Amino acid sequence: MTWQAEIDGGRCIASGMCAGIAPDLFALDAEHARPLADEVPEEERVLDAADSCPAAAITVRDGATTVGPRP
Amino acid sequence: MTTAETTVQSEAIAYPFNSSEGLGLSQAYQEARNRPGLVRVRMAYGEPAWLVTRYAEARLVLGDRRFSRAAALHRDEPRQGEGRRNSGILTMDPPEHTRLRTLVAKAFTVHQVEKLRPSVRQLTHELLDGLEAAGPPADLVDRYALPIPVGVICRLLGVPEEDRPKFRAWSDAALSTSSLSAEEFDRNRDELRAYMAGLIEIHRAAPQDDLMTSLIEARDAGDRLSELELVDLCVGILVAGHETTATQIPNFVLTLLDHPGELRRLREEPALLNGAVEELLRFVPLGKGASQPRYATEDIEVGGQLVRAGEPVLVAVGSANRDALRFDEPGKLNVARPATQHLGFGHGVHHCLGAPLARLELQEALGALITRFPGLCLTGDVVWKDQMLVRGPRVMPVGW
Repeated sequence: MTWQAEIDGGRCIASGMCAGIAPDLFALDAEHARPLADEVPEEERVLDAADSCPAAAITVRDGATTVGPRP
Repeated sequence: MTTAETTVQSEAIAYPFNSSEGLGLSQAYQEARNRPGLVRVRMAYGEPAWLVTRYAEARLVLGDRRFSRAAALHRDEPRQGEGRRNSGILTMDPPEHTRLRTLVAKAFTVHQVEKLRPSVRQLTHELLDGLEAAGPPADLVDRYALPIPVGVICRLLGVPEEDRPKFRAWSDAALSTSSLSAEEFDRNRDELRAYMAGLIEIHRAAPQDDLMTSLIEARDAGDRLSELELVDLCVGILVAGHETTATQIPNFVLTLLDHPGELRRLREEPALLNGAVEELLRFVPLGKGASQPRYATEDIEVGGQLVRAGEPVLVAVGSANRDALRFDEPGKLNVARPATQHLGFGHGVHHCLGAPLARLELQEALGALITRFPGLCLTGDVVWKDQMLVRGPRVMPVGW
């Protein structure tokens, strides 16, 4: 099963947090970070990355439901 | 291509380069940036290290998982003071680091922190009212720069503000470099831990609406961190939550007074304020030198230098922030500089947790001060902090 991860380029401050937490899922190889694929595994690390982003720029969705960042 | 075999210096050079007095960036950094490879340096304590001075390599070392902070715990880490800084979250790697970081990250996101802006703004105005009522001259550090971040972090974390004299002394010692012996350093850390453990017990008995209470909840209900981790996390947030911002407020004021054209421009165009804070974060090298070395976990080439597995690398962000390969006219302060991704808050998983809060405090503190006092000036000699990881005025007499 997979989720969908999105990064808002307008919010991203390129802190390098997500690529540090999950380098196999996120990359910071340009001005802003990006998910390496649209679909991400349903793993705690994905939610951790969304929770830890200082700009709250990562949104993780399970279909129509937003699962990250956690409230 | 240059490798360790061909470019290694005959002898490691003494580090840090910057002087404690003033905010200048040592000329040695520019020379290092212009040379291929890395510089071999030796600090007062610990093993020799590689020094990164350019932007691209700084981002690589701080952002790449092949460089470890946790490895430093088992090594004779390069450092300025004798005392070993087992600084909890700062000596952890993912996934352990992520476990602790996620517990506190939410309190410090841009969105969350923005809610504090009205109360920070009110605090700056109250402090300026007090200064005005007392009349010049005044010590900008004690009367303005310290009370703002101390007031904010105390309320957010749940620490009584009237304890400021107590934790200021401990916090000073925690960031001191060489005036303390290892024993004194440890004793100081134990006192600060005991103080925080006491506050945690009070919060446990009577939960409040603050970050300490939510961390206690994460420990007691969720078992997500140990008691010592809880104590050290609160200590870290208290110390890191005020010292750096309290130091950068007078640093930024001094830098602007030193660049009257830029200060005038900022006063004429207040919309430049947030960008000006970013430019000051880039321009002002807060640290006396790089600290928190990263250890390579495998052989990696960094800027034309082969770093062997197990070797430590220091990253000079103050130098990376003046890299001409990344920034136009890097040595020039330009309050209207287009958005830059400076490394003033670091990079990667250890990117400053409190960055959004620090930004907000710096914006409010600087904006209110230069608006209220158009004639702001120095009225005496600045007394500089000595033997501290961060550089800045200890006392800064100002008039208006």
